[in-house]
Amino acid sequence: MASLHSNFLGISSPNPYWLASAPPTDKKYNVLRAFEAGWGGVVWKTLGSQVKNVSSRYSAVDFNGGRMMGFNNIELISDRPLDINLKEIAECIKLFPDRAMVVSLMADNDKKSWHELIKKVEDTGAHGLELNFGCPHGMTERGMGAAVGQDPEIACMVVEWVMEAANIPVITKLTPNVHSVVPTGRSVVKAGTNALSLINTIQSVTGVDLDTLVPNPYVAGKSVFGGYCGPAVKPIALKFLTTIAQDELTKTVPVSGIGGVSTWKDAVEFMLLGASNVQVCTAAMKYGFRIIDDLCDGLNNWMDEKGFNTLDDFIGKSVDSITHWEDLDINYHHIAKINQDKCIHCGLCYIACEDTSHQSIKIEKGNPYNTYTIIDEECVGCNLCQLVCPVDDCITMEEHRVAPEYINWIEWQKRGLPLNDH
Amino acid sequence: MAIENNRLTEQQYEENFADIHPPYENITAAKVDANRCLFCYDAPCMKSCPTSIDVPKFIKQISTENIKGSAKTIFSSNIMGAGCSKVCPVEKLCEGACVYNLLEEEPIPIAKLQRYTTEIAMKENWQLFERKPSTGKKVAIVGAGPAGLSCAHALSREGIDCTIYEKENKGGGLMTYGIAAYKVTPQFCEDEVNYILSIGGIDVKYNQELGKDITLAQLRKEYDAVYLGIGVGVARHLDIPGEKLEGVVDAISFIYDIRAKGFSTVPVGDKVAVIGMGMTAIDAATQAKRLGAKEVTMLYRRTQDEMPCTEVELDIAMLDGCKIIWLTAPKEVKGINGKVTELVCSKMKLGEPDTSGRRSPIDTGETFTLDVDMVIKAAGQTPFEDLIEDLKIQNLKGKITIDGNCSTNIQGVFAGGDAVNGGKEVVDAVQAGKDGAKAILDYIF
Ligand SMILES: Cc1cc2nc3c(=O)[nH]c(=O)nc-3n(C[C@H](O)[C@H](O)[C@H](O)COP(=O)(O)OP(=O)(O)OC[C@H]3O[C@@H](n4cnc5c(N)ncnc54)[C@H](O)[C@@H]3O)c2cc1C
Ligand SMILES: Cc1cc2nc3c(=O)[nH]c(=O)nc-3n(C[C@H](O)[C@H](O)[C@H](O)COP(=O)(O)O)c2cc1C
Ligand code: SF4
Ligand code: SF4
Repeated sequence: MASLHSNFLGISSPNPYWLASAPPTDKKYNVLRAFEAGWGGVVWKTLGSQVKNVSSRYSAVDFNGGRMMGFNNIELISDRPLDINLKEIAECIKLFPDRAMVVSLMADNDKKSWHELIKKVEDTGAHGLELNFGCPHGMTERGMGAAVGQDPEIACMVVEWVMEAANIPVITKLTPNVHSVVPTGRSVVKAGTNALSLINTIQSVTGVDLDTLVPNPYVAGKSVFGGYCGPAVKPIALKFLTTIAQDELTKTVPVSGIGGVSTWKDAVEFMLLGASNVQVCTAAMKYGFRIIDDLCDGLNNWMDEKGFNTLDDFIGKSVDSITHWEDLDINYHHIAKINQDKCIHCGLCYIACEDTSHQSIKIEKGNPYNTYTIIDEECVGCNLCQLVCPVDDCITMEEHRVAPEYINWIEWQKRGLPLNDH
Repeated sequence: MAIENNRLTEQQYEENFADIHPPYENITAAKVDANRCLFCYDAPCMKSCPTSIDVPKFIKQISTENIKGSAKTIFSSNIMGAGCSKVCPVEKLCEGACVYNLLEEEPIPIAKLQRYTTEIAMKENWQLFERKPSTGKKVAIVGAGPAGLSCAHALSREGIDCTIYEKENKGGGLMTYGIAAYKVTPQFCEDEVNYILSIGGIDVKYNQELGKDITLAQLRKEYDAVYLGIGVGVARHLDIPGEKLEGVVDAISFIYDIRAKGFSTVPVGDKVAVIGMGMTAIDAATQAKRLGAKEVTMLYRRTQDEMPCTEVELDIAMLDGCKIIWLTAPKEVKGINGKVTELVCSKMKLGEPDTSGRRSPIDTGETFTLDVDMVIKAAGQTPFEDLIEDLKIQNLKGKITIDGNCSTNIQGVFAGGDAVNGGKEVVDAVQAGKDGAKAILDYIF
C-alpha cells in the first residue's frame, strides 16, 4: 500500500488533503468533525479585523442538471471574535496533534497589526500561517485581500513584515484575479514566503434572476461581484499552478493547490502539475466531510496501480509536458476512428464536425439508425467528435504521423513548408 | 359462476384503475430525465414517431424550462400529443428507438416527458397556434376521431372553415370510446377535444351520421372538399356457433362501458375468455381482471412471435394474472338457458407465412373445452364495408383505398386513419389527418 503521508514545509499530515480556509474551517465544531472524518489538515478561516456579513451570501451555476458546478460567495473573513477563534484553534490542535493546523490571516494594512496577529496565532501552537492575499470582495475595498495580491509591491511589503515576526512556516495564498500570478508569486518568494497556495476565488457574476432581474446572490434588491470556485474553476487553477511550477523562482517553494478539487483525480492532476498537497472547499460544502474517504481511497488505489509509493514519486511529473506552442511537433497527426460496435448512433459527432469543424464524418441514413464513419482524408484530428461522443472509448484518436521526424513551427517556417493545408 | 357487477370496493376500483403511468410530481423530476437526453442529431426517436415529433428538441426545452416552447414543438407535429403521451405503444415507437437501448440502459421516458409538457399546456389553455384569416374555403370532415380532428386543426390553421360531422355525441373517436380506463379518462378526452377545437374555425355537428343523416353528395356539393375519418366499426364477428349467447360481448363496448358507466356498474364474469392478442384484447383482459374476474384466459391462434401487441403490453396482462393460451382458436360457445357456460377451442399449429408475412395458423383437429361464463371478442374490428360500398368508394374489404395524395376514387373526397389502414394507432391517425389536410390544401388552392 502506498503512503499518503504528506510533508508540507515540515508540516505533517496523514494525507495531502487540507480543508481550505472557508466556512468548513471557521470553528472548532466543524474542524473536529473534519478531523474525525479523516481530513489531513485545515487552513483555519481567515482571521483579521472584525467584519459583518450580509444575507444572502452564496449563489451557484448549475449545468445540465448538476448542481453547483460553480459556486460563488460574497462572504468576508471570519466574523467570529478573534479570541474565541484562537482558543478553539488551540483546542483542536490538542485533540488532533497529528493533523495540520494552518491559520489564514488578513491583518489591516500596517506592520503592527500583522505582527500582533501573528504573535497571537503562534501562541495557539498552530503549525503554519497562510496569508490571504486573495479574497476578491469586501476586503479589497478596504485595501486588503486581492488588493494586496494584485500588486506585487504591496504584496512584497506585507510578506516582509510577516517574515520579520513569523517563527512558523508562511504560505502566501495568491489571487487569480490577475492576468498572471507569476509577478506577485515572484515578489513574495523574494520577500521570503516559505510557500505559495493558489487559487483563491475568481471575481464573478453567476447569473441574474429572470423574474426579479437582480443578479445573484440577492441582498435587498442588489448584488455584488462575488468569488467563484468549485469544479468550474479547476482548469483555470491548473493553468495558474503550472505557471508557478514552471517559473525559475517560484518553483523553488512548495505549492498548495486549490480550486475545484472535488475528486481524487482532481487532486492527482494538481499534484502532477506541481502542487505538494491540495486544499478543498466547495466539494466539502456541497457534500460534507465524508468525501474524504474516496479522496484518500481513490488516490491510494491509483498510486498502487502506477507503482508510486509516496506522493513525492509523482508530484510535478507533468509540469514539463506543458510547453510553448512553437515547440509542438507539427508532424504529429491523429485521426478519429469510430468503433462501430460501440456506437449508439446518436449523431452528435456528426453534427459537431459537420456544423462546426471539418465536415469529416460521413453519414449514411438508416431507419432509425444512421451509420457514421470518419473521412480520414478530411479529419484534422481536433478531438471534437471524441469529446462529444457519449460512449466511453467509442471514438479513439489513431496516430498517423505525417512524417517520422519532429518538426516545430519555427523550423517549419524556416524550411518554407506549406501552410493552410486544411 | 355468474356475470356480476359491483364485485369490489370503491377503493379497490380506484387502485385497479389508477393511471398506469403516473406523471412527474414536479419539474425537478421531469428535468432529471430531460437532462439524461443526449439531444441526438437526426434522432432515431423522432424518426420512429409516425408524426415526427422533434423529440430531442421538446425535451431540451423542458430542461431549459421553456415549457411553452416544448408544447409548441409537440403540438406542431401532433395535435393529439397529450393523448398520445398516454396511449402510444412507445416501446415500439420513439422509446423503442432511443439510443440508450443500445447501451442496455433504460430509454428516456419520452411519453412521460411529453405528458408533462402537454398537461401543463392544456391546464393553462395555452393558445399556441394562430388561425390565418379565413380564406372562404370550406371543408367537411366526417368523424371527430384523431384523424378527423387532426385534419380539421391543420386546415383551420390555414384559414379553412371546417365542419365536422360526427355520429356520436362526443368527439375523440376511439380515443374517447375505445381506449382503456387506466390510460385515459373520459374527462381527459373531452378536455383534449376542446383544447384542439379552441383554435376556432371548426364547427362540430354531433349526432350526424354519414349515410343516415347526411349524404356524401350533399357534402360534395356544399364544401370544397370532404375528408373521411370514420375509423372502423365494431369488433369482428367470430362467426362461430353460440355467438349470440348472453355473456358473449364485444371488447370495445365492454371497454367503453368501463369508461363511461363507472367501474362498479360494469358486469364481468367469474371466468372470462378473451379472444385475440392485440392492444384491444390486452385492454379487455386486464380490465376484466381489474373489475374482479377470478380467472381471465386470453386465446390467440398464433404464437408469441406473431402477436400484434407489444411485449410491454403482454407483460401488463401477465402481471395482472391473465392466463395465455397460444395456438388456440374459438370453435363454439356453449351455454345453458341462453347463458355462456363453455368455450370449445381448436388447437392450432403454424403453417406457411400468409400475406402479412406471419405464419398462418392451421387447425389440428384437436379440441379442448374451457369452463367460462363470459367471452370477450377482441379479434380485430370490421370496417364499415356496407357504408363504403354504398358511397361507391373504392375499397379493399371495406378499407378505403387512397392514392399518394390521400384521395379516394371520388374527386374531392379524401380519407385517412383507421378507415384506410384498417385499424392502427392514434398516432397514425393523427399523421393521416395532417397528410389529408396537406393534400386538401393542394387540391383547393
Ligand atoms: C379497444 C381499443 C384500444 C385501443 N388502444 C389504443 C391505444 O392504447 N393506443 C393507440 O394509439 N391506439 C389505440 N387504439 C387504436 C386507436 O383508437 C385508433 O387507431 C384511432 O382512434 C383511429 O382514429 P380514427 O380517427 O381513424 O378513427 P376513430 O377513432 O375510430 O374515429 C372515427 C370517428 O368517426 C365517427 N364515425 C364513424 N362512422 C361515421 C359516420 N358514418 N358518420 C359520422 N361519423 C362517423 C366515429 O364515431 C368516430 O368518432 C385502440 C383501439 C381500440 C378499439
Ligand atoms: C464561502 C467561502 C468563503 C471563503 N472564505 C475564504 C477566506 O476567508 N479566506 C480564504 O483564504 N479563502 C476563502 N475562500 C476561498 C477558498 O479557500 C478556496 O480558495 C476557493 O473556494 C477555491 O477552492 P474550491 O474550488 O475547492 O472551493 C472562501 C470560499 C468560499 C466558498
Ligand atoms: S477529430 Fe475533429 S475533424 Fe476529425 S472527425 Fe472528429 S471532429 Fe471532425
Ligand atoms: S458520437 Fe459516438 S455514439 Fe454518437 S454517433 Fe458518434 S461515434 Fe456513435
